[in-house]
Amino acid sequence: MALHSGVSFVRLNGFRHLARLLSTHRKPNIVQNEKNADFPGAKAPYVTEIKFLNESSYDPIPIYRVLDNNGEVIDNNEEPNIDRDTLLNMYKSMIQLSQMDKILYESQRQGRISFYMTNYGEEGIHVGSAAALSPKDLVFAQYREVGVFLFRGYTVTELVNQCYGNCEDPGKGKQMPVHYGSKQHNIVTISSPLATQMPQAVGAAYALKRIPNNDRCVICYFGEGAASEGDAHAAFNFAATLDCPVIMLCRNNGYAISTPTGEQYRGDGIASRGPALGLNTVRVDGTDPLAVYNAVTRARELVLGTNKPVLIEAMSYRVGHHSTSDDSSAYRPLEEIDKWTKDESPIQKFRLYLEQKGLWNEEADKAWAKECRNTVVRTMQDAEKKKLPHWKEMLEDVYYDMPPRIQKQIQQMEDHLKKYQEHYPLNRYQSE
Amino acid sequence: MSSLVVKRSVLLAKLIKHVNSEAKRLSSHFVYFPDNGKPVEGETTKMNMMQAINNAMDLTLRSDPTAVVFGEDVAFGGVFRCALGLQEKYGKDRVFNTPLCEQGIAGFGIGLATAGATAIAEIQFADYIFPAFDQLVNEAAKARYRSGGQFPCGALTVRTPCGAVGHGGLYHSQSPEAFFAHVPGLKVVVPRGPTAAKGLLLSCIREKDPCIFLEPKILYRSATEDVPVEDYTLPLGKAQVLREGDAATLVAWGTQVHVLLEVAQKAHDELGVSCEVIDLQSILPWDEETVCNSVKKTGRCLIAHEAPLTSGFGAEVAATVQEECFLHLEAPIGRVTGWDAPFPHVFEPFYLPTVSRCYDELRRLLQY
Ligand SMILES: Cc1ncc(C[n+]2csc(CCOP(=O)(O)OP(=O)(O)O)c2C)c(N)n1
Ligand SMILES: [Mg+2]
Repeated sequence: MALHSGVSFVRLNGFRHLARLLSTHRKPNIVQNEKNADFPGAKAPYVTEIKFLNESSYDPIPIYRVLDNNGEVIDNNEEPNIDRDTLLNMYKSMIQLSQMDKILYESQRQGRISFYMTNYGEEGIHVGSAAALSPKDLVFAQYREVGVFLFRGYTVTELVNQCYGNCEDPGKGKQMPVHYGSKQHNIVTISSPLATQMPQAVGAAYALKRIPNNDRCVICYFGEGAASEGDAHAAFNFAATLDCPVIMLCRNNGYAISTPTGEQYRGDGIASRGPALGLNTVRVDGTDPLAVYNAVTRARELVLGTNKPVLIEAMSYRVGHHSTSDDSSAYRPLEEIDKWTKDESPIQKFRLYLEQKGLWNEEADKAWAKECRNTVVRTMQDAEKKKLPHWKEMLEDVYYDMPPRIQKQIQQMEDHLKKYQEHYPLNRYQSE
Repeated sequence: MSSLVVKRSVLLAKLIKHVNSEAKRLSSHFVYFPDNGKPVEGETTKMNMMQAINNAMDLTLRSDPTAVVFGEDVAFGGVFRCALGLQEKYGKDRVFNTPLCEQGIAGFGIGLATAGATAIAEIQFADYIFPAFDQLVNEAAKARYRSGGQFPCGALTVRTPCGAVGHGGLYHSQSPEAFFAHVPGLKVVVPRGPTAAKGLLLSCIREKDPCIFLEPKILYRSATEDVPVEDYTLPLGKAQVLREGDAATLVAWGTQVHVLLEVAQKAHDELGVSCEVIDLQSILPWDEETVCNSVKKTGRCLIAHEAPLTSGFGAEVAATVQEECFLHLEAPIGRVTGWDAPFPHVFEPFYLPTVSRCYDELRRLLQY
């Protein structure tokens, strides 16, 4: 089975593409025997020679792209037909995101928020995938996918309030910054433990599949580092065996904190695991929003048409530090970053594309960047003025109904605060 | 052997009452009380807890050729830099990154120990130890028992940063000691500062049973002491009495020890009473004798920990104390802990067992 499907993302229509993909792997010699083995665990031909397969038994899985570095479409047949407003929403979301990243990263340095993570270099994956989905499709994210939130209309205000954990944070101050979530936008709240969202996404897809006339799929974003967790394997295997309409989208940005991919896995990246586990798989250039758009569009057709999962590996580069707790100069050379910011910037490629189509220009770019900055700064000023939620919120939402034991604890804290209020920063929190 | 025991108890006696008053407020919730007693004579160097842990691993790698140090991002020193410089010094086959997989790290460590190597595994945050729970609870802890002693994995030590830091939220703040304290076969240790960390970690590494070493991460950089440079161990299963008193026994481990030292000082200054403060250090097995002897003397016991109240390790201590000291007790045993909720981000100042919450409870016990 694996021998015949080094790459098995099959286009629904058109064999040209398929032929190209199939030509990328070599078949080992199979001694033609009369019959195939019929073991319950494998139907395969018998051979009389021992041959170990390894990563060089297959050619590398190719990387699908639409745009070149100058934002020009390489093969006109592959240019997606996206309406003007959507294209602009994609681009504007990317700019809004990178402007927000700059300011919030800096604000953490100034001690205004406790933590932050930037998305630099991966904006194209966010908007390319978000634009290809229905807003009703359910999203399970890792943390570095904020462009999906912005594209779906989650506001800078909501994002900034979450980072401050103030009384208007939809998450009510419970989680660290960047752990966003929105029921209204069909994006499940982010959790820090890595890869936990992966089997959850698969389960959600199974539930959707069972709804009559289902027209929703699930997309699950995860990093190439997270893909080393046991949960990742469970997710792939469950998705394939239980026929779940889920798109598993790996952001392979080259690093998991300081760990480079060379120490994270051997073999041909994350994509090579897909065919091995029975998932339709494709690898795309994650710095090319249109490539991501096409891949996710076709993946969506495939998962909803067949109830079978798709694995997409979007290749990119983590341009920023891992987070505000990290200084990546301790483990990677500056020149490496330069290369990915100069030639392979998804924002730059997409801007050049839009300019060539006459949809955007330098003036518009300056104006929008300025507006984005202003939005963030204004929002932060507002967010800072807002109180944190009432301290009692601390013990809310542990359960649907608060058990007596927790009620008693609230009472104890309340009594304690009456006596010792000067020891607590009560003025920063909402009062009754 | 017996001379060793004698030596150890002498060391213990030396460590009593050695907490000094150059206390320093580290965050809104506690003041750090450095150790000034030395577990061994000889040269000392100023080290923070990160450096003391680094030093313990350095000594191990130097003296034990089978020893390896590994985990996520460990090659460049780990996210808290405890392994800083060790790869350069000992090579990539002894200090290395693993793929991002805690169950893999724990299982790999058990395998190393089974085959005769000394395994020092790092789990990046204690909050992320749960994928490794099966390997630790069902495998490491039970390996000796189920094999009739043939395949123990005592050479495994799992180090992991735990506890509150001011802004860690749900998944960078937890103190999971009670989960592991429920597992016969494991040893669970929590140091309160650099001197203790070095001696206890070296003990864990050499211990014949698998150890979970929980490092309160807020102490890594800010807690500094004069730590002996030479190799020394501190006994596992032994508590330390850090301050003697007769009014009440205050029991804690890790960062919370410093909170209770401040409470004892406050009680001394404001109420004129002297409290005994005990650092449990070893959670499993724990030093019932030291705690119960103290409670028999004071008649009152307050236990404090950051983890939630319900089924926290304080419950185990309280149950044993009431069993052993029932007739000596003059007040119910008090527990001041994190509340029964996940560890919250912006509410941390209200969630923690603060000095004022512990002091409030101590007054209640004294007035009972
Ligand atoms: C279970 C678990 N282990 C460790 C961590 C700590 N951690 C947070 S992010 C990260 C690296 C993740 O890398 P990757 O999945 O490649 O995503 P990227 O940061 O590159 O976007 C690590 C180790 C965690 N959050 N959860
Ligand atoms: Mg990564």
